[in-house]
Amino acid sequence: MPATGKSLDRVDGRLKVTGAARYTAEWEVPGLVYGAVVDSAQARGTVQSIDVAAARQAPGVLAVLTHDNAPRLQPIPEKIGGTLFRGEGGITETSQPLQSAAIEYAGQPLAVVVADTHERARYAASLVRVSYAGQEPDLAMAAASRKTLPETFLGNNEEKLQVTVGDPTGALAAAPVKLERVYESAITHHNPIETLASIARWEKRNGADFLTLYDTTRGLEILQEIMATSLGLPKESVHVICPFVGGAFGAKGWLYAPALLTAMAARVVGRPVKIEWRRQDMFAVAGHRPATRQTLSLGATRAGNITALRHDTLTHSSQSSGYTEPCARVSRMMYAVPNLGFAHQLAHLHLPSPCPMRGPGETVGGWALECAIDELATELNLDPVELRLRNYADKNPETGKPWSSKHLRECYARGRKLIGWDERNPRPRSMREGSQLVGYGMATTMYPAGRKEAQARATIFADGRALVQSATHELGNGAYTIFRQISADALALPVDRVRFELGDSALPPAPTSGGSTTTATVGPAAQAAARAVLAALISLAVRDAQSPLFGATAEAIDAREGRLVLKAQPGTGEEYGAILRRARLPSIVATDGAKPGEERDKYSFYSFGAVFAQVRVDEASGSIRVARLCGVYDVGRLMNPKTAHSQIIGGMAMGVGATLMEATHYDARNGRAVVRNLADYHVPSMADTPDMQVEWLNIPDPHISELGARGIGEIGCVGTAAAITNAVFHATGQRLRSLPLTPDKLMRT
Amino acid sequence: MHPFQYQRTETADQAVAAVAQDPAGTFIAGGTSHVDLMKEGVLHPSLLVDVSGLPFKQITAHEGGVRIGAGVSNTAAATSADIRQRYPAVSEALLAGASTQIRNMASMGGNPLQRTRCPYFRDPTQACNKREPGSGCAAIGGYNHVHALFGASAACVATHPSDLAVALSALDARVQTLGPDGPRTIAFPDLHRLPGDQPHRDTVLAHGELITSIDLPAFSGRSHYLKVRERASYAYALVSCAVALEMNGSTIGRARVALGAVASKPWRVTAAEALLAGQVPTEPLFRAAADAAFADARPLEHNAYKIPMGRNLMVRALLETNGLQPLQGPAGTAFAASVGGVAGQFAVPR
Ligand SMILES: Cc1cc2nc3c(=O)[nH]c(=O)nc-3n(C[C@H](O)[C@H](O)[C@H](O)COP(=O)(O)OP(=O)(O)OC[C@H]3O[C@@H](n4cnc5c(N)ncnc54)[C@H](O)[C@@H]3O)c2cc1C
Ligand code: SF4
Repeated sequence: MPATGKSLDRVDGRLKVTGAARYTAEWEVPGLVYGAVVDSAQARGTVQSIDVAAARQAPGVLAVLTHDNAPRLQPIPEKIGGTLFRGEGGITETSQPLQSAAIEYAGQPLAVVVADTHERARYAASLVRVSYAGQEPDLAMAAASRKTLPETFLGNNEEKLQVTVGDPTGALAAAPVKLERVYESAITHHNPIETLASIARWEKRNGADFLTLYDTTRGLEILQEIMATSLGLPKESVHVICPFVGGAFGAKGWLYAPALLTAMAARVVGRPVKIEWRRQDMFAVAGHRPATRQTLSLGATRAGNITALRHDTLTHSSQSSGYTEPCARVSRMMYAVPNLGFAHQLAHLHLPSPCPMRGPGETVGGWALECAIDELATELNLDPVELRLRNYADKNPETGKPWSSKHLRECYARGRKLIGWDERNPRPRSMREGSQLVGYGMATTMYPAGRKEAQARATIFADGRALVQSATHELGNGAYTIFRQISADALALPVDRVRFELGDSALPPAPTSGGSTTTATVGPAAQAAARAVLAALISLAVRDAQSPLFGATAEAIDAREGRLVLKAQPGTGEEYGAILRRARLPSIVATDGAKPGEERDKYSFYSFGAVFAQVRVDEASGSIRVARLCGVYDVGRLMNPKTAHSQIIGGMAMGVGATLMEATHYDARNGRAVVRNLADYHVPSMADTPDMQVEWLNIPDPHISELGARGIGEIGCVGTAAAITNAVFHATGQRLRSLPLTPDKLMRT
Repeated sequence: MHPFQYQRTETADQAVAAVAQDPAGTFIAGGTSHVDLMKEGVLHPSLLVDVSGLPFKQITAHEGGVRIGAGVSNTAAATSADIRQRYPAVSEALLAGASTQIRNMASMGGNPLQRTRCPYFRDPTQACNKREPGSGCAAIGGYNHVHALFGASAACVATHPSDLAVALSALDARVQTLGPDGPRTIAFPDLHRLPGDQPHRDTVLAHGELITSIDLPAFSGRSHYLKVRERASYAYALVSCAVALEMNGSTIGRARVALGAVASKPWRVTAAEALLAGQVPTEPLFRAAADAAFADARPLEHNAYKIPMGRNLMVRALLETNGLQPLQGPAGTAFAASVGGVAGQFAVPR
């Protein structure tokens, strides 16, 4: 029985719930001192002077770093591994901390105070006085003085941001049924429970500088590279460690000021430094999902064939980042639309830099599209599911490539059963329960099924146990668990004899854990390493005269239940450990990797799903509650239904948050985040989270990899917002086109 | 964090004397409000006098009503059978606020003295007259979604966030204190101040004046609390309403109504109360009362939604208190107080 596909409990669950899992801020480093950051009260201008005299005199203070005395940094590279870092459409901010007096956003770090305790550092930081030469900041998208049209998302030529297929303008003009709607979404923050933290320690190794960095990161290798280039070190002289990430959701991967500040401070004081960011700082330095203003234009025949689709987005970034929320990600592929156009306009504001957040582009862009489709269904007097079926795409409409695997019809069919779609009264405002209105809504969901290259190392020990390692990340996604399962199967060992290690840049490299690619990327690498080590073991056995396998060819040998056996005579063989013990080897090791191949050119890889929501609306108070959420997903083969279920319902709950409550407001005058705590920035509580019925088709993707598994980290978040919003329309007859749907939005004076 | 001294005291006299002699000294009880604000750099007391060990931890019968010691936890008060049965509005208000963990720590004396949730108050880089007198008010002209409709001034438009206080105001509770000048009794509706030009003073309490108990007077009518919030649990009110209703046969004897989250104090709507007295309870009457209650609301840029929401809420609170509409959950529970109920198939879990 293979371990994959089984609902194994999280192997790190006990460590996590008992507090034994070590998160970044918890590492005990001898001689550690503490940094506290002074941030900018203003959004634009220059620092005229910083008076640090009182802070320096404060008890326990070792140093105060400002742009006047901080070490100089080398610029962020243009590209790393094909990903665009700088410029329009790039992933990160190019301004680095404490390099000049320029202020580009409120909350920008302006000084770091280092002291012998955290409390003393914080106190001294409160004594720093900054005087500003302020300028009027650009804080509104529409009025921004610098707007651009980025060409690609992250420099990826497969993901252009300004696209026209066919003649959308002409087709719209000619369409018998037309609809144009504007949808707006608010800024939201990832707000993982673990706030950002870094510990930096410098030492000399062989006479040269060496940096050890504990950091809350889901991108070990990129962080290693950014630290190395910024600090002028060879990559090998930076070691990044992070065995547990306390939630990321898109943060903790693409913004580097926190780690750089810590490394600079440690260099200046000559001791290891920790900077642990407070919740309020997370609203400035941790990234966010930017606000959007999206115009959806649809043209259709009376029979419900969509002939034209335009999706035009205005979004924003900071002064030095070109990150562009790719809002057309769903529009470009979901429906068989012959005339398709989309554009993304980016306003550079004096706000902190955004970055991806669970379902970047898909969550809010998909919301706008799926709401517009629902509006079109109303316009055409068609069932919303039926309209989607009439425009079902049998191949990718933008590229013309066939899908690697798509079973969306089954998702619709099963979802409508689960929720009782056909039992509802389809007329808006027709259903009630006591004083509350009841409504049903649905939406299609998807997520690109990416795969990247990764390496892994497998070791079999003389006691018959094994260890597989790869520098991937555990961010609550279940990585420790499923990679142990995949490794165990590939090594033909029971799961309890295999360990999986990650979270250390010294291990064989794996990419940033993002874009729901980790399973499809690291799984095949773990398999490859496992096979390589078995091959090495086989060649040891067949050359050993005392082995029952002596003289056999490698092809004749199979690994079964911890033994190497002859395929033809499974009774003949021996345990892994026996081979090693006889050879007096404590272990045998092999490293190998895996990467996607030409299947990527032949097929279009996506996961699909259908989400159905039932809501109750208390109109008198504007309160919306989700009564039920049903999601049916086509995500390839599941590695572990239990961790998969957690990922999906976690994503759906986050979707509930984005739909009903999450929003960050930056003050329109000074650009400071107004609310900066988790009492007033609302994420869903248990009472906001209904029972979520989740099903999957569990049909392996024949092309993605031998595992047949696509990613599932984000698809749960996508789709939920539109399903709920459409259900609110069905309940109330009101189209709400601005996220989040807080009670004030439903109130009419 | 700024350095401070911490002192535990055995008696109320000691506690009062300790705070009175230090102009930057404060009491601390559960610390759930106070410590947050210290960590956020809003408060910098030089001395914390811990009153959680003082002997004010009983709920006792008192003059036909109930005396709740200032040191009683929010949880203990909310779940006391006496309070739940006789003053369900108090239990409902408490249980619809904060979280179980916080209510376990929070004290009845500390709860009404928690500070505003105006977000600008919590950011020391922003102008705020309540935090730093004379610095200005960033909320006026800023993002004022949660701010006041009533009684605000050009110096401050903050609201008071306590749910409990709204219920206590409607019930005309009395606050017993011990100050440097001795004990006194304060009628609950007089405890909190309107901002005027001194928004840094939330209440009429003198420096070093300690709340020793909160007394609920004898009451044989019905009381009820309703709260609208941006998530189903663990959120402050957008608007709330407490009603204490005494019937006189088929007409209303006395109705007391307090609105929450619309002013710097629980907002007793006396004009509406007058309109209700002596009338036969009907929905149109309640609507008229609610219209009267909001007649002089002064919305800011982002909080006009509170007017229709508050009106509807007040009508509903009156209907439910009176029994013309059913409660949304068992009296004295968070479910009775929570407008919209919880997510899931049933608004109240079954
Ligand atoms: C995340 C969060 C959510 C919350 N949500 C809600 C909510 O929805 N609704 C709600 O109503 N509340 C809410 N609260 C607030 C909570 O109810 C209060 O923090 C709590 O009641 C305060 O009680 P305490 O004993 O901890 O007070 P402390 O924090 O110890 O003190 C508060 C203030 O009272 C003073 N003080 C304390 N005791 C006395 C006394 N006996 N005499 C004189 N002065 C005294 C202190 O000096 C201080 O100024 C929330 C709090 C948090 C942290
Ligand atoms: S409303 Fe009051 S508390 Fe808020 S910023 Fe203005 S003065 Fe401060």
